[in-house]
Amino acid sequence: MSERTPLSTGSEWTFELLERYDAEIARLAAEFGLDTYPNQIEVISSEQMMDAYASCGLPVYYHHWSFGKQFLSIEKHYKRGQMGLAYELVINSNPCIAYLMEENTVTMQALVIAHACYGHNSFFKNNYLFRTFTAADAIVDYLVFAKNYITECEERYGEETVEEILDACHALMNYGVDRYRKPPPLSLREEQQRQKEREAYLQSQVNDLWRFTVPESPRRREFREERFPPEPEENLLYFIEKNAPLLEPWQREIVRIVRKIAQYLYPQRHTKVMNEGWATFWHYTLLNRLYDEGLVSDGFMLEFLETHTAVIAQPPFDHDFYNGINPYALGFAMFRDLRRICEHPSEEDRCWFPEIAGSDWLETLDFAMRNFKDESFIAQYLSPRVIRDFHLFAVLDDDQEEELEISAIHDEAGYRAIREKLAEQYNLGSLEPDIQVWSVDTRGDRSLTLRHFQHNRRPLADSAEEVLKHVHRLWGFTVRLETVGERGRVKRCYECG
Amino acid sequence: MSQIIDRRLNPKHKSAVNRQRFLKRFRRQIRKAVSDAVDGRSVTDTDSGERVTIPAKDLSEPVFQHGPGGRREIVHPGNRDFVTGDRIPRPEGGAGRGNRASNQGEGMDDFVFELSRDEFLEFFFEDLELPDLVKTRLAQEVAHQSVPAGFSKDGIPPNLHVIRSLREAHARRIALTAGKRRRLRELEAELAALKAEDAPERDIEALAQEIDLLKRRIAAVPFIDTLDLRYRNRIQIPKPTTQAVMFCLMDVSGSMDQYKKNLAKRFFLLLYLFLSRNYERTDVVFIRHHTIAKEVDEEEFFYSRETGGTVVSSALVLMRDIIRARYPTQDWNIYAAQASDGDNWPEDSGNCRRLLDEEIMPWLQYYAYVEIDNDYPLGLWQEYEKVAQRWPNFAMQAIDSPADIYPVFRELFRKKGIDR
Repeated sequence: MSERTPLSTGSEWTFELLERYDAEIARLAAEFGLDTYPNQIEVISSEQMMDAYASCGLPVYYHHWSFGKQFLSIEKHYKRGQMGLAYELVINSNPCIAYLMEENTVTMQALVIAHACYGHNSFFKNNYLFRTFTAADAIVDYLVFAKNYITECEERYGEETVEEILDACHALMNYGVDRYRKPPPLSLREEQQRQKEREAYLQSQVNDLWRFTVPESPRRREFREERFPPEPEENLLYFIEKNAPLLEPWQREIVRIVRKIAQYLYPQRHTKVMNEGWATFWHYTLLNRLYDEGLVSDGFMLEFLETHTAVIAQPPFDHDFYNGINPYALGFAMFRDLRRICEHPSEEDRCWFPEIAGSDWLETLDFAMRNFKDESFIAQYLSPRVIRDFHLFAVLDDDQEEELEISAIHDEAGYRAIREKLAEQYNLGSLEPDIQVWSVDTRGDRSLTLRHFQHNRRPLADSAEEVLKHVHRLWGFTVRLETVGERGRVKRCYECG
Repeated sequence: MSQIIDRRLNPKHKSAVNRQRFLKRFRRQIRKAVSDAVDGRSVTDTDSGERVTIPAKDLSEPVFQHGPGGRREIVHPGNRDFVTGDRIPRPEGGAGRGNRASNQGEGMDDFVFELSRDEFLEFFFEDLELPDLVKTRLAQEVAHQSVPAGFSKDGIPPNLHVIRSLREAHARRIALTAGKRRRLRELEAELAALKAEDAPERDIEALAQEIDLLKRRIAAVPFIDTLDLRYRNRIQIPKPTTQAVMFCLMDVSGSMDQYKKNLAKRFFLLLYLFLSRNYERTDVVFIRHHTIAKEVDEEEFFYSRETGGTVVSSALVLMRDIIRARYPTQDWNIYAAQASDGDNWPEDSGNCRRLLDEEIMPWLQYYAYVEIDNDYPLGLWQEYEKVAQRWPNFAMQAIDSPADIYPVFRELFRKKGIDR
């Protein structure tokens, strides 16, 4: 072992020390090939951290009572010591903004720098979902714009009026995202070109005989012509922004603001396990390397490992503190396991992951980080080893059965099933009810019909009626929500208006 | 490559606005919580905020989500004994949710949070429907007193300190003319020498002219200059706090039910708030009476069920004795508040008036009598009216509901303005 000349020995931090730690960690991160935005590290107080937390971690956010509610609940827990304040917060922007709390020890600061400034940061910059959906260069400016715009609206139209719109938009926030990137609009020439091609193609398909011999009923034709929107739309806020008949322009702009922010937050909701796992894997790897180089002391390491262990703790299902699967624990375990599969593959690994067993671990992890979200990441990489380590098991809860059934456990027969079911558990598409804009009665009462497409007979929670009131507030005319069963029949209909 | 920035001096409480919005939105529920809290709270406990509970359904932010039912499969960690195909009974509490519900954003726990003391008071006053005027006066900080603090170079004419100013002027004149006087002395000595030597007239003349010039120059130094002026300086220091004692007198005869006691309590609470803001130390003495009076603790004062006939003077006698024994009037500011429904043993009301006139009012800063919910003001009220005519620091009001508590208070505050 090399001579130990630690950067620091006490637990106090200074700005010079932070700079030295950051420089060393940055050097190691570069050696491992982590590609990051430049970092902006901000030292703040615990109260400022609570403020930041209360607004979804965004550095700037418009005012709303629900953020006040969040603040009060964080404050309550924090003051009673029920919750250590999350000691890191990082913002997906360019430069990447990370907060350090002044109360932290130097060890914690180093951990947060490694975790946030090099872990999360590289994830934000390279994961495909973030690349597709968030403009890191523009987000802070946009938030400032949004805040100012909404303040202006409050001054002009009154706080309560604006609050009403915001409440309604927040209720639909999860339904205000594009899941797929819409193609950019075509230029006029391309459009004309394509239109011509389409025309020729359609012409070639026309079966004159069919068309002239079987008359279409006028009612049916009318129905077809009037159909609006032509395709069901799953981005409810987008549809409302573009089509709600009675909204004032400023109200549309507010809908748009909430939608844009929802879109910005969307990749995070999809990558909790990956993102936290990646950051945790890297703080672990980077700080261990610091230790190997003799740059940190044994005391530093002990404190670090204690915190690290707490972060990745996974209580079992029957434990009082159990609150679902800890994304830090699962993500960290999976990335570590991936590295193990690359470096020390077992027979089982060669069989399950023939293409990565024994490969270069840095390349393999980099590829995994870039190209997946939680659902697909688990479907692709959850190994029997991790399933066994976590003692995962699946419970089938069918309301038509008297009892619950253990449908798979961590054994040979269950690995694939567990992997599949766990992946499904992170599929937002199945976690959230599938609700789309179905039609608008454009000629009649302008009523809006939403459809809920049911899977596994799962009903909507009672809150749906309340949400519908919010939709009605935005749409201005009757709003209907039809639940459609698996056989395509409408089983239930809420109406508001 | 990284930039490290110290933001600790940036404003905190960025969420203050959001917090206000939240309080505003749930005003109704919070007012109720505060109102309930007042009933259960001790009069002297005004230093803390209050825990407020709001039912979860009121502040839920609804979103589309799955309800219980249907078919679902969930993967959990930590299996010990289960094997595939095991069937287990559904846990209590619906479709196998247990505490996992909160994980799905469906938790229905009530929302509990803490109001700060100021927020508590704001809601408390609002509940009493006080106008803003009183709120601001109640919310005032400790009064300041201006005290002499040496002398300063600027100030206003009334504060001019003549002796100091002249002394400065004198010093300045000495300083500015010292060289010239020295020279003058030398010249005069020279002149005397010349005269003694019978020097030529021309030399003497020149010397005399020079002496004359010097004298004029010395005289040209102003006798007093604005630079010399000194003013008495005064600075503001927190007013030395004194102590106050507040007597709470309450009739507990059978007709004083819990509602009336609660009205009285609000009144006492306001009085206590006022006193504790003005005095560093505030004592409270609780006296309850029916036919006989007794000093009790707060719990017994407001919640005891003991009852009997009514002899109001017994309470006044006890108060007088306590003042004599424990609260020498040179050390204590004494306030008293009495709550009663005005129902007294007829012959006793005169005693009360006499006691107040002769033995109590001379020692008191203020006496406030509130008569609660009495449709036919009788004996006691009439006698007390006589007291009020004689003593400007005696106020009386009838109270029917919380909103009525305020007028008595206004009297109290107006009084304060005259007294000090």
